[in-house]
Amino acid sequence: MAKTPVTFTLNDTEAALFVDPGASLVDVLRRGAGDLTPKQGCAQGTCGACTVLIDGVPHLSCLTLAETVQGRRVDTAGGLADGPALHPLQRAFIDGFAAQCGFCTSGMLMAAKALLDHNANPTRDEVIEAISGNLCRCTGYEPIVDAILSAAAQMRGQPALQQGAL
Amino acid sequence: MTIHKGRGFACINYPIGMNLGGDPSQALVHSTPDGKFMVALSSIDLGQGMKSVTRQIASETLGVPVEDVYVDTADSDTGPHCMGSFASRGTHRVGNAVIRAAAEARKQMMEAAAEELEVNASDLDTDGAGNIHVKGAPGRSITVAETAIAAQFKQGRTLSGRGIFLVPPSEADPETGDMTPVTCFAHAALVIDLEVDDETGEVEVTEINSAYEVGRALNPKLVEQQLIGGAWMGVSHALYETTEPYYPRRDHGPEDFNTYLQPGPGQITPHHIAVLERPAEDAPFGGKGPGEMCANPVLPAVANAVYNAVGVRCDQLPITPEKVLKGIRANGGARPQGAR
Repeated sequence: MAKTPVTFTLNDTEAALFVDPGASLVDVLRRGAGDLTPKQGCAQGTCGACTVLIDGVPHLSCLTLAETVQGRRVDTAGGLADGPALHPLQRAFIDGFAAQCGFCTSGMLMAAKALLDHNANPTRDEVIEAISGNLCRCTGYEPIVDAILSAAAQMRGQPALQQGAL
Repeated sequence: MTIHKGRGFACINYPIGMNLGGDPSQALVHSTPDGKFMVALSSIDLGQGMKSVTRQIASETLGVPVEDVYVDTADSDTGPHCMGSFASRGTHRVGNAVIRAAAEARKQMMEAAAEELEVNASDLDTDGAGNIHVKGAPGRSITVAETAIAAQFKQGRTLSGRGIFLVPPSEADPETGDMTPVTCFAHAALVIDLEVDDETGEVEVTEINSAYEVGRALNPKLVEQQLIGGAWMGVSHALYETTEPYYPRRDHGPEDFNTYLQPGPGQITPHHIAVLERPAEDAPFGGKGPGEMCANPVLPAVANAVYNAVGVRCDQLPITPEKVLKGIRANGGARPQGAR
């Protein structure tokens, strides 16, 4: 079958790829664009590991046809850091030990980014709601929720919160 | 409808490692020409922190900064043999192998430095910051990087080490059954507080308190994280997770993550942990490791707490609302066992 040319913005750079009809976005990001940060977990939209932002809105890239991002902007965890400078969410995840095996981390970071981008001062319940579509088998979630709240505080110019102090 | 509060307790002695024909792990350490050290393992880090802990152990033994140590667990085809990451054996078995490999590499590093400084290797010490100096004369020193370069390009010597740690097989005495299958135990005690709704049968864990004795906590934050995450898994096993809810039949079994039940971020339970450190003699820097027992005591403690709350003794997991309600009905109503 003929491949389709797709051009889109991937983390501030232009991506131009030929994709198979019906190819999922996560597949094209990983194999076509070489961005391995979106993880394919369940491939049916129930684990959240593949979460990316399309025009700023979180999407499950395993359920998104790659052709539908033509002309749009896709943000992945691979674009969070500015060179060696980590995004406050990444810093908070590291400082708060919010990852163990790390498989869910990319999706958690992007779900959290989508929240903080439009809500700089979320409540704990809002954070929980934002990551409720993302499964984690290692951490018990609490360090992740704490890390997101800590990153939000830092991004508002407040000092980082201590884990467990929330 | 009444909400019944219950409290349950469980404690555990957890054997570190296993013993089926012996339990070995190997490690290889070598330096790069710029004075960094590579630790090659086949032991897999599943997220429990094996890489972090073996890196710390190698750094401490070599006497070089932890930033200058890399752990490669890439490939069991090409790496030194390891039995695997299971039975809570990683820190203990692999850590001991790393100590031996790193000690041999350190010996060669000190000999190479001694040759450069024209002193006896036994008169040298490391400062842990990347320098090797004459004891009592920190001014007479050479960096680890310079030592590695000299060893590689002048002396024709490797800074490398081999390590293996083996807990040998222990045969059971045919008369008494006596044997020594493991060399050390870790311990824990855990208290669960929960609530049982006698109308719906739902169980909600409200608080966990635990004390873990894991030898020396080589990386306290990783230990804490493993204990918190492991307790979450324990609660999940106790109350939610199953592939055959009507075992051995597959009826009503989950087919994906939508129907495979697990607690989510909205069901976080406060967990207060006390980590007690009683270093084990044969453990690397005393660390036995938390491992599997992060989850284990949670299950019996939940079962005991459900019994305490409503008098229903569930002996099959998970303790679903259906089982709780059937138990309450069989008893002719909830029978709170009261405070113990």
